[in-house]
Amino acid sequence: MQYSDIVQEHFDHPRNVGVIEQADAAAQVSNPACGDIMHLYLRIENDRITEAKFKTMGCPAAIAAGSVTTELLIGHSIEEALQLTRAEVNTALGGLTPQKVHTSVLAEDAVRAALKKYRQR
Amino acid sequence: MRQIYLDHNATTPVLPEVLEVMLRYFREDFGNPSSVHRYGRRTRVVVDDTRDGVADMLGAPASAIFFSSGGTEANNTILKGVAAALTGRGRHLVTSQIEHPAVLDTCAYLAQQGCTVTYVPVDEHGVVDPEAVRDALTDETILVSVMYANNETGVIQPIADIAHLVRQRGILMHTDAVQAFGKLPLRVDELDVDFLSFSGHKLYAPKGIGGWYARPGAPLHPLLHGGHQERGMRSGTEHVAGIAALGKACAMAMSDMRQEWERQQQLQQRLEHGIQEQIPEVRMQGAEAPRLPNTTNVAFAGVEGESLMMSLDLQGVALSTGSACSSGSLEPSHVLRAMGVPEAYLYGALRCSLGRGTTLADIEYVLEILPGIVQHARALSPSFAP
Repeated sequence: MQYSDIVQEHFDHPRNVGVIEQADAAAQVSNPACGDIMHLYLRIENDRITEAKFKTMGCPAAIAAGSVTTELLIGHSIEEALQLTRAEVNTALGGLTPQKVHTSVLAEDAVRAALKKYRQR
Repeated sequence: MRQIYLDHNATTPVLPEVLEVMLRYFREDFGNPSSVHRYGRRTRVVVDDTRDGVADMLGAPASAIFFSSGGTEANNTILKGVAAALTGRGRHLVTSQIEHPAVLDTCAYLAQQGCTVTYVPVDEHGVVDPEAVRDALTDETILVSVMYANNETGVIQPIADIAHLVRQRGILMHTDAVQAFGKLPLRVDELDVDFLSFSGHKLYAPKGIGGWYARPGAPLHPLLHGGHQERGMRSGTEHVAGIAALGKACAMAMSDMRQEWERQQQLQQRLEHGIQEQIPEVRMQGAEAPRLPNTTNVAFAGVEGESLMMSLDLQGVALSTGSACSSGSLEPSHVLRAMGVPEAYLYGALRCSLGRGTTLADIEYVLEILPGIVQHARALSPSFAP
């Protein structure tokens, strides 16, 4: 099991951990195979994500994926956020091993699920 | 930074005394034991002496001990070799749900080749019920394979009881004793098993050496054919230095087995009590069952074992997760699943396995850092509401 320095750094110092009370958008996603769970909370003002917080139960890659995803979201419009792909999450983490790519999938799923619910409000 | 190794069930360091013995068989006495000249004769002596030593340790005749590259090869040889030798008699095997992959994957292979395999469950303590094994036997059963001590939990199986029921039916009995070998007295004459696998690198000999006991006359085909080494049962030039190391490691294990058992048991108790006193919502797997004194399998609710392992590693403590996520499979441990460990704990297991070098100071250091690490992981977790 090899982790990039970026994964290691996010795991040691995860950004934006927590819960946003009365978030404008939120989602809870999980990967039943490995038990990973990710909660994502977004504050949205004028169609732009101003705040993002996450909580993850999972391996270091899953925690780093949650952390880096919040960074990739903050300051971006909903349109831009909807374009965020697992590949970008993966790249932002310095490249995950094939065994750990599923953690970037979970992060992408969380973003899509949160924004879908937001749009359907 | 402190470096503390608590992963002795994965592998052990080669003891300096063992390495010392080994080196001679790389440098001076490098001969091939099959050679008739003096170089060969000198290495033949150490191969024979080690065979005698292992035989003595296991209560077996020397002719019943065979050396291999390790436990995996021994398990493969016995399962495939019995299946090949008895193919006309039956094609059914019985094993347990908690075996090492070296047995489970070999069974899966044999199933592809037309055998049927029954996987006997364990109870919540991780113990195989001998009567469940007996109930699984059919007229087609040719071999039963149940491990002596589990690598993840250290739980010791009632092998003598199982062997008694199995052999009553005229069926062969194998035990994978890789984790138990060198830690407790193992006597094949008392256990009454037909086959027993062992490995060197779990008892301070190097990787790449191990072997098996086979009751004289027990039907078995070899896996490797070639130069007739090991009485034709395992061809390939003997790993003489490894065999010499195994002999020395066995002698050292025998010399202080009881003291080392008791010493490690005290450390295990300190570790487990310390964890339970300081950290809420923990679960010790197999703690109610007879267990190796070096193995603690502890699960923390609401967190993932690999994250705990990584944090411990950053602070100098090396141990394993109790789950298989890091080894490429996403699924949690098949052993903990078989024991019915609740979902909340299933992903948060760590395995601490102590060894000869482990001190009380090491355990105290783990107890100092672990509560903070678990707390940190739980603060990140959506599944843990304190």
